[in-house]
Amino acid sequence: MALPSYASPVQRTYYYFYLFFCTVVFFFLIAPLFAIIPISFSVSPFMVFTEGMLAWPPDPEAWSIRWYRNMIGDCSADVVSSTVPCSTKWMKGTVNSFYIGIIATVIATALGTLAALGLSRPHMPYKGLIMAILISPMIVPLIITAAGMFFFYARINLVYTFTGVILAHVALATPFVVITVTATLVGFDMNMVKAAQSLGAKPMRTFFKVIMPLILPGIISGALFAFITSFDEVVIVMFMASIDQLTIPKQMWAGIRQEISPVILCMATCLVLLSIFLLTTVEVLRRRSEKLRGIKAR
Amino acid sequence: MEVTISTAELLTTDGIPLKQSLRKAERRNKLRAFLLVFPLLLFIFVTFVMPIGDMLLRSVDDSQINSVFPNTFDEYKNWDKGADELPPEEVYKSLFFELANGDKRQIGKALTRMNYAKSGWKSLIKKTTREIKKIVKKGEEPVSYKDTFININKLWADPTYWYSFNQMVKDRSSIYYWNALDRTFDEEGDVVLQDEKRRMYIKTWLRTFKVSVYVTIFCLILGFPVAHLLANLPLRYSNLLMIFVLLPFWTSLLVRTTAWIVMLQQNGVINGILVWLGVISDDGRIQMVYNEVGTLIAMTQILLPFMILPLYSVMRVIPKSHMRAAQNLGAKPVTAFLRVYLPQTIPGISAGGLLVFVLAIGYFITPELVGGKDGKLIGSWIAYHLKTTLNWGLCAALGAILLGIMLIFYWLYNKIVGIDNIKLG
Repeated sequence: MALPSYASPVQRTYYYFYLFFCTVVFFFLIAPLFAIIPISFSVSPFMVFTEGMLAWPPDPEAWSIRWYRNMIGDCSADVVSSTVPCSTKWMKGTVNSFYIGIIATVIATALGTLAALGLSRPHMPYKGLIMAILISPMIVPLIITAAGMFFFYARINLVYTFTGVILAHVALATPFVVITVTATLVGFDMNMVKAAQSLGAKPMRTFFKVIMPLILPGIISGALFAFITSFDEVVIVMFMASIDQLTIPKQMWAGIRQEISPVILCMATCLVLLSIFLLTTVEVLRRRSEKLRGIKAR
Repeated sequence: MEVTISTAELLTTDGIPLKQSLRKAERRNKLRAFLLVFPLLLFIFVTFVMPIGDMLLRSVDDSQINSVFPNTFDEYKNWDKGADELPPEEVYKSLFFELANGDKRQIGKALTRMNYAKSGWKSLIKKTTREIKKIVKKGEEPVSYKDTFININKLWADPTYWYSFNQMVKDRSSIYYWNALDRTFDEEGDVVLQDEKRRMYIKTWLRTFKVSVYVTIFCLILGFPVAHLLANLPLRYSNLLMIFVLLPFWTSLLVRTTAWIVMLQQNGVINGILVWLGVISDDGRIQMVYNEVGTLIAMTQILLPFMILPLYSVMRVIPKSHMRAAQNLGAKPVTAFLRVYLPQTIPGISAGGLLVFVLAIGYFITPELVGGKDGKLIGSWIAYHLKTTLNWGLCAALGAILLGIMLIFYWLYNKIVGIDNIKLG
């Protein structure tokens, strides 16, 4: 990628401009995410860099963890501010988000893995059509899905219930599992299944002893995708969830909409850390899966 | 030695013809594969496909009002509009009893529907119902129901109200679709433009397209060089830089939207830096959020990974020798790029472009939060009618149109890229 030594001055200019441009784009992609982290430690109830934060030497008075304490429901006198409400809503949202996310992930992973196994068989009839139906929840805009589900689930009394929200999230999350596991199964050597069966293993045993260990990285990646889909989902919960099913995104939405509260930034910081963790895990799993399947990195 | 060719069919050890036995095995395999997929297929069908279908039906459904005023509508159909100026006595009579004895909640719903057809219906019927109930209470039987109505309110002698019934007598109606395109029915049942002040959907549709096209172009301009860099760097560097693309992809949409509000607001980070640099004065801070600019900036950043990833996967397999060969043969770098490199990236450009465009036209959260008044897209109207006005027919029609547009573009995407080639991360 480096510039050859015989490059002309014009080429050199182009090249440096190109590198500069790419740097700016990378900055554009990542900077907003990291800009919010310092502000979440501000003492001020406004979502801005205060003068004290920018002063040199740093002014310890300008920094605090009061909004983090607010987030976990600690409403002591030095935490509360007249403009920022303090409640246990954020913690309630966190509990609900994990509850809904984990149940939805388990169901989505089980259903999605089974379907991916079926889709990867060479005998699958109408493969294209079925695949299109299975991944349609990922394709249709969420607002349309939310409207359709709201009308339909209202008829069968599932709106404003955990069951309704979980069912909706499973539907949204399965495409990610199907796609990830199907991708792992590409290049899966079906002879291993035949070998296991010729040695007398029953289908269940073949699955758990031969197929599963090999595609496990794919299944886990799919499960993580499913989890983050449910965990970050806001449109469905906006319409289908009542205050009892309050989740983190729903509370954040309310936070941005009604009270521009710095607590949102604390939760956002936590979510950025969570996504860094998930991204790393998926990346490690992907490499491991490629190694297991004997695909060499370029 | 004589070679004999057996013309008899090949048989398995069980004596079944081999062809038949193979076909049976094939069928069993197909069934097994299908059984694995079946649970999810059923699940998606019930929890997703049926709700969408239900929404599509709702967008043309007009049966509720027919269940409230069945007799009136039956009599109405007998009215010869050419001969009489006003409907016959029977229409007034059935309406009298259906208003007097009808379920209050159902009538309320029907009134909302009637108001879509002609504004004024709601208050007229409400007032009339009150008077009718008084008459029924007294136990009087009116001599002429028609005169009774006209005595209660002169508007009952205005045929334009009666004409507006015309569009409601059928169980199915296309009115919501026409509404979604700023059209309505006039007295003769012809499609006409809405009043000037009620035309807002065409404007929003056009803005949705405009914003989506701009976002796609911006994503292409920003994404192309980055994808090129990632595709040409040694893997250990590009994997590291790939984190910059994938991390936003994994981060909650709300977090990214919040981040943009923090960056772009009037006393936000960008304005702060510009003031500090002396580019703008402290009271000349630029309004960058809660308008269309905010929507464009935030959506471009949010959708950029969807452009970079397909471009990257296409560019990675373009041999580097092609550019060198072109330049060796005397092409200037620009010519070599335009005639050799660019054409090979077309699949990536079309895949990324379509993906970004399709995602953008259905976007709701980001425009709603950073778009302010003039940056909202069609998704906001769907949410508004779903939650606030409860005009579910119009909500469903807007959704159905959006869905139709999406399907056309996905059909294109499938033709060009193949829908099962979608990859994540």
